[in-house]
Amino acid sequence: MGMSTFPPDISTTGYLVDRLFWLATLLTGVAFLLVVAALGYFLLRYRARPGRKAFYTHGESRGALWMTGGLAILVFFLIDVNLAYHDHHAWDAVWGSPPRAADALRVQIMPEQFAWNIRYAGPDGIFRTSDDVTTINQLHVPVNRPVIVQLSSKDVIHSFFLPNLRIKMDAVPGMVTSLYFQTTHPGTYDIACAEHCGFGHYRMRGFLIVEESEKAFEGWFTEQAGEGPPDLSWGWNWDLPAAPQQAGQMETTQTGHTP
Amino acid sequence: MDRVTSAEVEIPLLDIPAGKFGMWVFLVSEIMFFTGLIGSYIVLRLGASSWPKPGEILNTPLLGLNTLVLLSSSLTMALALQAIQQGRQAALKRYLLLTAALGVTFLFIKGCDYVHMWHKGFTISSSLFGSCYYLLTGFHGLHVLSGVILLVCLWAAASRGVFSAAQYGRIEYSGLYWHFIDIVWVILFAILCLV
Amino acid sequence: MSEQRTSFIRKYIFSTSHKVIAIQYLITGLVFLAMGGVMALLIRWQLAYPWQPVPLIGKLLFPGSGGAVTPEAYPVLFTMHGGIMVFFALTPILLGAMGNYTIPLEVGARDMAFPRLNMLSYWFLFLGSVLLIASFFVPEGAAGFGWTVYAPLSSSTAVLPGWGQDLFILGLALDAVSILMGGLNYITTIMQLRAPGLTLRRLPLTLWGLFYSAVLNTLWLPIVVAALFMVLCDRRLGTAFFVAGPLAPHEGGQVLLYQHLFWGFGHPEVYILIFPVWGLVGDLLSVFSRKPAFGYKATVLSMLVITILSGIVWGHHMFTSGMNPLVGKAFMFLTITVSVPTAIFFLNWLGTLWRGAIRLTVPMLFTLGVVFVFAIGGLTGLFNALQTFDVYIHDTYFVVGHFHYTLAASVLFGAFAFIYFWFPKIFGRQMNARLGRLHFWLSFVFLNAVFSVMMFLGLHGHMRRIADATAYEFLKPVQHWNVFIGWAALGLGLSQLLFFINFLYSLFKGAPAPANPWEAGSLAWTVSSPPPEHNYETPPRVWCGPHEYGVPSLTNGDWLSQTDPQAAKLARS
Repeated sequence: MGMSTFPPDISTTGYLVDRLFWLATLLTGVAFLLVVAALGYFLLRYRARPGRKAFYTHGESRGALWMTGGLAILVFFLIDVNLAYHDHHAWDAVWGSPPRAADALRVQIMPEQFAWNIRYAGPDGIFRTSDDVTTINQLHVPVNRPVIVQLSSKDVIHSFFLPNLRIKMDAVPGMVTSLYFQTTHPGTYDIACAEHCGFGHYRMRGFLIVEESEKAFEGWFTEQAGEGPPDLSWGWNWDLPAAPQQAGQMETTQTGHTP
Repeated sequence: MDRVTSAEVEIPLLDIPAGKFGMWVFLVSEIMFFTGLIGSYIVLRLGASSWPKPGEILNTPLLGLNTLVLLSSSLTMALALQAIQQGRQAALKRYLLLTAALGVTFLFIKGCDYVHMWHKGFTISSSLFGSCYYLLTGFHGLHVLSGVILLVCLWAAASRGVFSAAQYGRIEYSGLYWHFIDIVWVILFAILCLV
Repeated sequence: MSEQRTSFIRKYIFSTSHKVIAIQYLITGLVFLAMGGVMALLIRWQLAYPWQPVPLIGKLLFPGSGGAVTPEAYPVLFTMHGGIMVFFALTPILLGAMGNYTIPLEVGARDMAFPRLNMLSYWFLFLGSVLLIASFFVPEGAAGFGWTVYAPLSSSTAVLPGWGQDLFILGLALDAVSILMGGLNYITTIMQLRAPGLTLRRLPLTLWGLFYSAVLNTLWLPIVVAALFMVLCDRRLGTAFFVAGPLAPHEGGQVLLYQHLFWGFGHPEVYILIFPVWGLVGDLLSVFSRKPAFGYKATVLSMLVITILSGIVWGHHMFTSGMNPLVGKAFMFLTITVSVPTAIFFLNWLGTLWRGAIRLTVPMLFTLGVVFVFAIGGLTGLFNALQTFDVYIHDTYFVVGHFHYTLAASVLFGAFAFIYFWFPKIFGRQMNARLGRLHFWLSFVFLNAVFSVMMFLGLHGHMRRIADATAYEFLKPVQHWNVFIGWAALGLGLSQLLFFINFLYSLFKGAPAPANPWEAGSLAWTVSSPPPEHNYETPPRVWCGPHEYGVPSLTNGDWLSQTDPQAAKLARS
């Protein structure tokens, strides 16, 4: 087809998602080919012919039962347990190892119909103070630095989707969800909304701008800080810790779950 | 009447009339309906930051009285079934009417309670508790109303002499339904008023 | 009893005869199938050529925009397409029509256990469809929140005002009541009204499928009915069960509660739709391989396992909602294990074909088609079950491709297999086989073209429910596949005309059908085509299972009917 299956991967963990796909494709592909091969062979070999009767069996002989049990065990271990095991480890690597808050760039995003409201804590490191940097649809991050995003919604459910990082998380009104990532390549990439949110759902495009260095990011950041007092509360009390955590865990448990 | 009876066939799964079997299937779906509502109430209440204490808003004594009314109606329903099993037509009609009357009493008391609460500012939209209260008791009330209508239809059929000691299936199945909505009310009373 | 002339109305409109009711369901289902199909074509046109006027019918449907789909119309299209196909097309055809027609005949009964309730069940569907159609004509148009009715998009009139939204929800609720009534009849009739000798081991697999389907409906439909009523309360009575955050009037409830309730029903629903097809496939493979169904007991047991499993895996629709990862892993593992009973189905289907004497009739082609497309549909389910991978492909066309392979392909082919197989019995005429074969092959080719490419799009990250993929830079490289899908979908749609022409023509001009054109062994094929008004004068006596084909000691013919007394000696079931 002359093009890759997935969009370019610019994350530290995306390859694990892609690998899961290829493993599942291998296992299901073999199963599919076996089924189709048997189907094709039987249809050719066992066509009705005059004078030939079918072989009369209800398939409940001892041999049939062994085959059934054997197939069940084969499928369970070779496919089910195998895939679950690999996904379990992939999950822990992609979602279960959040960065330390002190190392990460923290962002709060509150989508609404039909735009992404994005907020950085500003030089004082505290959200909802007058030096916060807010943008609409423009998520700037420095390359090679972990980013922690906290999400909620101003109205209906949206879903924050970064195709080039293979992750998404729903933004649900009334609760806070989160995800984290680390980029590996500078450039401009799409942010997409992945939950039907109304008439403008199709054009709820945002921009992930990965700056080529910390310096470039700082440059952009300081430029924004002088833009005037932003809307502080976005119409809802986030009720989140005001200061970044000390070295240690994120305030939420493994990404996505708020206690 | 064009109805098929299971007397024409020989190997049903359970040795009960088709009507009884059907009523139980219906009750399963009713149980699941109330499970959805009650389950939602539990989830919403556990997840809320605050919730009124028992008795703080609702008139527990009045609703307790209503519980007694409904429990009595279950008794009269059981007596109606016993009456027709013994072939006592007049007693059947009497107890059917009495059950219906108790059901109407239940609805009347509930109606007065609603009006009073509404005027006090406790409406379906004033708080999450209000929403849950009117949703749960409202759907329950609709079921009681349907039951009352059913009882009146049964009384009318009894007046035409449809039932006898050998033919009382519909009384029995309707009794199952009536006892069911009674049990639902007891549960609602407990989770809305007592805890 | 003197024979009274039943009026036309009592005989054909307000009839309590299961056969008439089945035909009413069939016609309703086919009408909505066509309607849902046209909507699908409009969706694909918009995706292929965003904002271009739709040829031929555009100016009629979208007069305000010169014939092009608008951003307001697009969500209506995918909402109504989904809702119509699931509840008003596939359910009426497979559960309403197939269930109603076959069950009494196949158990040896004169009618359903509760014929008047049966009649009521159809009219509730009819009422629901009236509301659904009405929703197109109210100001602000028909529902646009997706067939899944997610809150708070659905539950807040600040976001989606307009009575069209409420009418859709009410229409669904009425349809749910219809299905519950039908299910009550199916369970009672199958369990309690079987003819003498018809043990559960001798029940056709189609009826097992319908039975499990009805059990799932009885258990889980009421949950979604509760949820839908709560959405209506949120919309019109000022409650906030499923509204939270800035939109909530007071503290508000829990948005995700809606999803739990919906998918608590929604996941079993997909099994509700496929169970009758699995049953039908088991029976038809046997009839047309002239061999007993392989592993009958294992198949029925696997269906039971899936029935139970289907109730505890709903969370796999919510992996991206922020759930506790441990809970997510539990849902993932439970979901994945459905592959075990499913694999057993495939073993038994292939086992039935093995060493058979295969007759490639039109119903058999569609049956084999189900086996093929369901292999793809079922296997792609595994990808969706993997929590980490699902987070990437959730809400993309990979999911859409998966569920269309299992629904639009497998269930639809099952519906066609049902119609082509039972048409002679129902209408006493035969459908044209050549047209049927052409219908099958064209559908098969176009179907695979459309839905396999959809999965490829999904892997590329193409989201679902968006009106225009070119709004995103990362999707521009794959936009030409939307064009491809559009033309393949048109081919698929046009191929269905062959079916409709065949159906309508054969209804009036088809060759008369004998009682048993397929040489099938189950009870329904022992009576005339169409059957007498009350099916059986006296209950038939059953001596064996429905799949006694290829019995060795027979000298004339290769099969035994369930009512053949010889079977007591010669058959092994």
